[in-house]
Amino acid sequence: MIHSSLVFRGGTVVNPTGSEIADVRVVNGVIDAVGSLLDGDTVIDVTGSFVSSGFVDLHTHLREPGREEAETIETGSRAAALGGYTAVVAMPNTDPCQDSVMVVRFVRERGEAVGLCEVLPSGCITMGRNGTQLVPYAALAAEGVHLFTDDGNGVQDPLIMRRALEYCAPLGVTLAQHCEVARLTEGAVMHEGSCCSSMGVPGWPSIAEELMLHRDIELVRLTGAPMHFLHLSTQGSVELVRRAKADGLPVTAEVTPHHLALHDELLLGFDPIFKVNPPLRTATDIAALKAGLLDGTIDAVATDHAPHAAHTKEQPLDIAPPGMLGLETALAVLNTAVDIEPRRIAEVLSWNPARIAGVADRQGRPIAVGEPANIAVWDTTSVWKISKDDLASRSTNTPYHGMEVRGRVHHTMFRGQLVVQEGKALK
Amino acid sequence: MKHLLSTQDLSLDEIVALLETADHMAEINSRAVAKVPALRGRTVASVFFEDSTRTRLSFESAAKRLSADTMTFSASTSSVNKGESLRDTIETLSAMGVDAFVVRHKSSGVPLAITQWTNASVINAGDGWHQHPTQALLDAYTITRSFGEKESMNGRSVAIVGDIKHSRVARSNIDLFTRLGAQVVLVAPPTLLPDDVDSLGVSTCSSIDDVVGSVDVLYMLRMQRERMDSELIPSLGEYSARFALTSQRAQQLSTHSLLMHPGPMNRGVEMVVDPSELPGSRILQQVANGISVRMAVLFTILGGGATATLQQGADS
Repeated sequence: MIHSSLVFRGGTVVNPTGSEIADVRVVNGVIDAVGSLLDGDTVIDVTGSFVSSGFVDLHTHLREPGREEAETIETGSRAAALGGYTAVVAMPNTDPCQDSVMVVRFVRERGEAVGLCEVLPSGCITMGRNGTQLVPYAALAAEGVHLFTDDGNGVQDPLIMRRALEYCAPLGVTLAQHCEVARLTEGAVMHEGSCCSSMGVPGWPSIAEELMLHRDIELVRLTGAPMHFLHLSTQGSVELVRRAKADGLPVTAEVTPHHLALHDELLLGFDPIFKVNPPLRTATDIAALKAGLLDGTIDAVATDHAPHAAHTKEQPLDIAPPGMLGLETALAVLNTAVDIEPRRIAEVLSWNPARIAGVADRQGRPIAVGEPANIAVWDTTSVWKISKDDLASRSTNTPYHGMEVRGRVHHTMFRGQLVVQEGKALK
Repeated sequence: MKHLLSTQDLSLDEIVALLETADHMAEINSRAVAKVPALRGRTVASVFFEDSTRTRLSFESAAKRLSADTMTFSASTSSVNKGESLRDTIETLSAMGVDAFVVRHKSSGVPLAITQWTNASVINAGDGWHQHPTQALLDAYTITRSFGEKESMNGRSVAIVGDIKHSRVARSNIDLFTRLGAQVVLVAPPTLLPDDVDSLGVSTCSSIDDVVGSVDVLYMLRMQRERMDSELIPSLGEYSARFALTSQRAQQLSTHSLLMHPGPMNRGVEMVVDPSELPGSRILQQVANGISVRMAVLFTILGGGATATLQQGADS
């Protein structure tokens, strides 16, 4: 059987070992050659762009099964591919939720059938995400589930969290905590601070995140089991993780593009488009998150892509659901908000999340001969304006509508197939 | 002025002008026939998603005295119970021909959201813990006129006592009173103070006894039973012991001091004295002034604000 070859010509290949201008040739789903003056059946000129492993999102809400009016595995996968992602971790708060073999198998198989990126189902930590009964971790791990989280709900009960950590330690999987002490955030709408007070809405205090984070860091210290911390949003959280890592604990952490780019004053107009959990915080928090991202305290940028149907966001601020789109804008928003080197972009969008998601055998690999061809081609200089009308997601709840950003994904290759070319999805 | 959503939208000049217009309205209200044709042919819809009798009746009386047509929409008897969205409700009512919506909602920010879905004017009649601008205007009107002032509350001290944190009345009054030059002191346990209290330009005090003898205005807020259920105070009894107006405390009020309350009062909780026995009480005056002030707001928004046209009715 003869396979056609495709060459990305003239780009800057970004690898952990360094960057160099080189052509990259792909044949039969595998990188066949990296060098100069390579030829192939198809040649795409990518001069001025970076060629890295495809991005891996640790935090995607695909909404299927259960809320297909907001997003499906197909529309979400397309949004992911357009954002340069070749793998996404599907959050488990579907309906039914991902606490059984049946549901995680459905999500994975649906992702395979769509074929735009690798859909990695996460599992719940507790049955029904109710925080009381452990899920069958081993059975789900046997289905390929690596990350377990009750995302949207923090695991409140310290006994449950301790037992989950202890039980999971030998399974080689990772628990991922949504850090929120629920009793401190009842009815909360936005960051507790001066904006929220003047607006007369209940606040979400930073301490609600930091208390839970602190508790779980200590549980990691006790059990030795690894833990990943989702969407950290406060200055105090960055400091807690920094100290935990200095102590050598097996913890990792992510930050979202929106917590790096947007602050709580945007809610002064009561627009639910800016409502998200954890909430947008202050300039002080943003500065700490950026510093943590650049110094390695925070390992990954994850989108928390959370589609919501338009009518649900047309409700009063306190009633509208939290969450915002992120897949298609992550690179641009990150690159615009943070003064960050291309190598660190690849590290936090691809290499580190691939490792945390347990897929480093096939995602986040070097651009090198013999490696699977999961590739993103992007730049950090193209200026464009984000429009909610141009997104592939089934929902339009982007907080960046009308915002001018810098940096763009041009091509995405998944398992050797070009799925996005010149910023357009090919299927 | 197109909308009235928050006291913060009003410039000092606009506030003074509204209070002066309210003087004209008070004069109209003192006539034998308290009605002028100023807003004839205009339609005012009161849209109340949260129960309120006094504010709704006050606005509707104000609209009728200006000869506007009125419509009433209340959530308890409406399609909201059938799951109609806020946007659909407003668009439907707009299609019936509404010039101004008077909106009350338990969620902060709803009046602002509604402005996206209608070309009509929107007047905030209370949203969540956020704002109740006409209450602040009528309170400022009551205070300034009681002290014979026209334009300011300079040098006056006002103690606002009670659940400041969850009070749209307090938020509006703090803004309006401080901008009119008053010294505002908030009297409450820390659990009932707003988080941004340091940036409000007010002082705080955790004992009513420290302020009752020295303030020009004692403004009591309603204490809601659910605050106890949400662990903000140990009990209504303890709250009452520390923050209620008792007859003992009332005796310490200066002879010129005013007692105010936005209503409805919780007798036996924040009001352990019968205010009708206190010469300084302006509680019923607040209600009467509420109509004049709301007439002024409706007239300014819908009638163009030229008070000369108000004289038309004087001949009839």
